[in-house]
Amino acid sequence: MAAAVQDDGINPWRTFASDFAEKKLAVLGLIVFVALIAAAIFAPWITPQNPYDLNQIDFLDGRLEPGSVGSQITYWLGTDDQGRDLLSGIFYGLRTSLAVGAASTLIALVLGGALGLFAAYFGGRVDTLIMRIADLQLSFPAILIALILVSALGQGVDKVIISLVAVQWAYYARTIRGTALVERRKEYVEAATCLAISHRRIVFKHLMPNCTPPLIVVGTVQVAHAISLEATLSFLGIGVPITEPSLGLLIKNGFDYMLSGDYWVSFYPGLALLITIVSINLVGDQLRDVLNPRLKK
Amino acid sequence: MSNQEQNSPVLEIRSLSKKFVKPLDFAGKIAQKLGSNIREEVVHAVDGVSLHVNKGEVVSLVGESGCGKSTLGRMVAGIMPPTSGEILYKGQNIASLTGEDAREVALKVQMIFQDPFASLNPRLRVRDIIGEAPLVHKLTTAAEQDDYLDDVMLRCGLDPSYKRRYPHQFSGGQRQRLGIARALAVQPDFIVCDEAVAALDVSIQAQILNLFIKLREDLDLTYLFISHDLGVVEHISDRIVIMYLGRVVESAPTEELFAKPNHPYTQALLREIPRLDARHADFTPIEGEIPSPLDPPQGCHFHPRCPFATDRCRQEVPQLKSVAPGHMSACHLNEG
Ligand SMILES: Nc1ncnc2c1ncn2[C@@H]1O[C@H](COP(=O)(O)OP(=O)(O)O)[C@@H](O)[C@H]1O
Ligand code: SF4
Ligand SMILES: [Mg+2]
Repeated sequence: MAAAVQDDGINPWRTFASDFAEKKLAVLGLIVFVALIAAAIFAPWITPQNPYDLNQIDFLDGRLEPGSVGSQITYWLGTDDQGRDLLSGIFYGLRTSLAVGAASTLIALVLGGALGLFAAYFGGRVDTLIMRIADLQLSFPAILIALILVSALGQGVDKVIISLVAVQWAYYARTIRGTALVERRKEYVEAATCLAISHRRIVFKHLMPNCTPPLIVVGTVQVAHAISLEATLSFLGIGVPITEPSLGLLIKNGFDYMLSGDYWVSFYPGLALLITIVSINLVGDQLRDVLNPRLKK
Repeated sequence: MSNQEQNSPVLEIRSLSKKFVKPLDFAGKIAQKLGSNIREEVVHAVDGVSLHVNKGEVVSLVGESGCGKSTLGRMVAGIMPPTSGEILYKGQNIASLTGEDAREVALKVQMIFQDPFASLNPRLRVRDIIGEAPLVHKLTTAAEQDDYLDDVMLRCGLDPSYKRRYPHQFSGGQRQRLGIARALAVQPDFIVCDEAVAALDVSIQAQILNLFIKLREDLDLTYLFISHDLGVVEHISDRIVIMYLGRVVESAPTEELFAKPNHPYTQALLREIPRLDARHADFTPIEGEIPSPLDPPQGCHFHPRCPFATDRCRQEVPQLKSVAPGHMSACHLNEG
């Protein structure tokens, strides 16, 4: 398709990439974030041990300091009270945290995005109904709603995701509605109406692609928000189950030993969580600047 | 009146009206309940307009900005429904059609827009902008789409090899040609041009106007041409309809309107056109501001700016009456 690229003149992706790369900190954030995703995906192949396989764990290695040499491997970040390698535990925890964050964000984005688009395009009662619910929900703290939902639904990764989706869809609905209300009045939408294009096609083929840039920005930042919400729930013991611990649950498990001096059991998972959230926010902030045409020179 | 076919209206509008109501917000509703005389804001954008366009004719709708021209055009093009009144396409009331018939008529009436940037979806390639509707409505097939598009693009003076480009890669004039190609791609026979050249450079305006004339001959098109500038439409119109604050005030064949304008508003508009032969003459713009459409003047809408206004003008709405064959005007002066 070399001819096609030439035909297009400017390649919008290349412009986008070079704009993004202007801020070095954002590039660093992106590199770290990609590395974390890789670590999470490939955890089973790269970690020194599978911390949830009882055959690989030596219970006698419980709460060893970082750098200790165990019976089979070196524990670079120490071990927890069960004798699990903390580095391996963090990689596996990252897996759960990122998966929950990404899944809930994706579902909330699609759901909230579609509802916000419908609200803006059809207006009237549809709009009032959808946006009243969204406003009501946004007037309560997210963690409060998540807490109530999780305690009502019970424990489990799926329940946590449902709660996070319920908390987050309103952000997307509100964001996309604002953009869509402006886009909907543009003449290209009138032209499509005049050409007897169906509502469904106008909403998804014409309106949606013009409303997604701000949604991507909100989505990136919301991944971080979802991950920290999930960590909070798990820290409180009502999030993901013990069989699939996330970073939040690892922090909770080590928290009891903080005061007795075995800081690492809680500290390293906490550090991993912090790095994850900061790197996502760096990427999100730069995306907002690059995708916001008003800030462009 | 020799040829029946030539003189049958393609489009007829009967006392068409459009009101925009801005509903009260929550605070306003409470104030109203408490006895305040706050009311919903109502703009009577189009107020009982009747007109017809015969086959092959170019009728221009002229008036200052805000007088309701675009709103009328949108209703004709089926983009928004009228509040009251009828639109007839070849004798059939558009509102009474459903299903396949409604779609067919909808495609026969197309619109060209003013803004060459906002009127093209920036995320679509040219082939999708022009080619979507004919494909959706099965006027062509995926296999034949390329040839179909080449044909339409060539007709509009566009290079068919630009099919994979995005709108931002074109100039204003070319973008307007894209808008025209998009409309022509569904084989319409009536076209509403809403200030279609107003946003373009003067040299390019002429090219696009010439394209409209050529397309009319090639494809047997009929036009409703909307403009705020009488000078722009002078050479392409068969008839001109003058609007003021939602109402038609005068309509006449172009030559007659320029030679013997009847309505004081039309006379004022004509004085505004800069003439080559009168470049150094006094330029007298119409006195006064356009009144707010939210609160239009009683009687003749034009009376606050009319040098001939009388008490009757301030109270009674003048009706459109024939002042010469094919020439209508709404002014009390015509009744002696
Ligand atoms: N969608 C709308 N909602 C509310 N008011 C409108 C809308 N469209 C047009 N108007 C109002 O109707 C009047 C006529 O507008 P328009 O038809 O755009 O005039 P023109 O095209 O002659 O400049 C204006 O006062 C305008 O503010
Ligand atoms: S009716 Fe009266 S105010 Fe209106 S244009 Fe005629 S003379 Fe002027
Ligand atoms: Mg207009």
